[in-house]
Amino acid sequence: MKTKSFEKFMEIIFLISASMSIVAIILICLFIFAGGIPFISEYGLSNFLFGTIWKPSNNPASYGILPMILGSLYVTVGAIILGVPIGIMTATYLAKFCNKKLYKILKPCINLMAGIPSIIYGFFALTVLVPIIRNIFGGTGMNIITASILLGIMILPTIIGMSEASIRAVPGSYYEGSMALGASHERTIVSVMLPAAKSGILSSVILGIGRAIGETMAVILVAGNQARMPAGLTKGVRTLTTNIVIEMAYAADTHREALIATAVVLFVFILIINGLFMVVKRRGLN
Amino acid sequence: MNKFIRFIVKLSAIITFGALFFIIGYILLKGIPNIRPDLFQFKYTTSNVSLFPAMITTLMLVALALLIATPIGVFTGFYLVEYAKKGNKLVEIIRMATETLSGIPSIVYGLFGMLFFVIKLGFQYSLISGTLTAAIMVLPLIIRSTEEALLSVDDGLREASFGLGAGKLRTIFLVVLPVAMPGILSGVILSIGRIVGETAALMFTLGTATKIPNSLLSSGRTLSLHMYLLSTEGMHVNESFATGVILLVIILIINGLANYLGNKLTKGR
Repeated sequence: MKTKSFEKFMEIIFLISASMSIVAIILICLFIFAGGIPFISEYGLSNFLFGTIWKPSNNPASYGILPMILGSLYVTVGAIILGVPIGIMTATYLAKFCNKKLYKILKPCINLMAGIPSIIYGFFALTVLVPIIRNIFGGTGMNIITASILLGIMILPTIIGMSEASIRAVPGSYYEGSMALGASHERTIVSVMLPAAKSGILSSVILGIGRAIGETMAVILVAGNQARMPAGLTKGVRTLTTNIVIEMAYAADTHREALIATAVVLFVFILIINGLFMVVKRRGLN
Repeated sequence: MNKFIRFIVKLSAIITFGALFFIIGYILLKGIPNIRPDLFQFKYTTSNVSLFPAMITTLMLVALALLIATPIGVFTGFYLVEYAKKGNKLVEIIRMATETLSGIPSIVYGLFGMLFFVIKLGFQYSLISGTLTAAIMVLPLIIRSTEEALLSVDDGLREASFGLGAGKLRTIFLVVLPVAMPGILSGVILSIGRIVGETAALMFTLGTATKIPNSLLSSGRTLSLHMYLLSTEGMHVNESFATGVILLVIILIINGLANYLGNKLTKGR
């Protein structure tokens, strides 16, 4: 009898533990939204989202985050343009072109790449990429291009890991069928295997977008961080994430609320991306 | 055409791994000569820029966060795999919650930690605020690796154990857990890496004090935060490189270990 009640007791402990992630997500939503939404409703959603001027120290203060939304968008698009093709092709290499021995070395390297702290990527970009970009394009070297290259590298492991798994998951009969019809190994991979793996590859890209939008500490070091409308590829930008970090340390009152509201916008973007990811993944399973 | 495809694919791989090796090589090459005994003095001063307090703080934070997150994460895995029935709505919600948690950017965790732990619960910038924030961050990682490890355990083992009259708990702890251990451990080890590399979430929860925290309620800074603060100041480039080396070495060891354990799991299957 005693063991039976203990079994029941532990089952409840496990259940409580399992509920913790739900509690966590509810708390996070509650506190972020409760901290930002009062400001948004007071300042006006369209003023906040589409305002082109961010000047918290002006009188009256101006809190338009369009520059930061565009900043995030531009560096993310840049990262996708650079990172996605290279990532998918590297995944193809790992799944279909590389021999077992080499794979045993390269696969852990991708995991390592995912594990390297963002501050190291950022510092590397600051000390290597920034001077190179400065020499080529002039200016400070901290701009959309630099941030895009950096983020393009940082999203590689995310894209490679998932794309490779989905390419490997394509049934071998597809490959054999195509080969039997006389297609070459390369042709089969590009026109049969990759299209068959497209939902997995698409999810990896969505995950990569999430990673790029959410990245903070690396971007802060190389993006220039000027809070004005993006003026060109070789001009500095500020992203949603960096806006929060840069000003949070000294912000007070309304300014602080505006920063939390910035996080609300970022959070909503991420929730949309997550939702998209789940939909694509589910569709891939069916 | 075939040659072209082959060329593009290989070139991409070379770019990817080239970038990785270049970054690692560059940080090591520039950092190792800058590691000097001064950096490991017990107390940080503006003249020695010691990273030792940050190392100890990192260690404390990792240990405490895992102490909280590991049992919760592993128990969640137990519930999801061993207890919940198929098609259970709660399982669905828990999966969605963990998936969402793993996608949240660290700066949002940081703000949440600040609003909840630092302000609402009144913990201030402190070790405990940082610990709790970090624990939530790594929870999805531990849950997922536990789930995967448990699912990979052969059902025959469970049935044999039940057949011999063992209860559910006994089966989980004495039969299933030992087999799944490498997988769970590799998840825990990757969590260490995640916490060690974290910056944005800790800046507004753990704070940035330069000394070793002497209680749960005092502030500190981890190695990553230390490196970030040094590189934004712009005056201690050499010390930044040195800190980068220490961070990289930790991450290399962590990944090596996780990889070793991962291999062990697949071999045991």
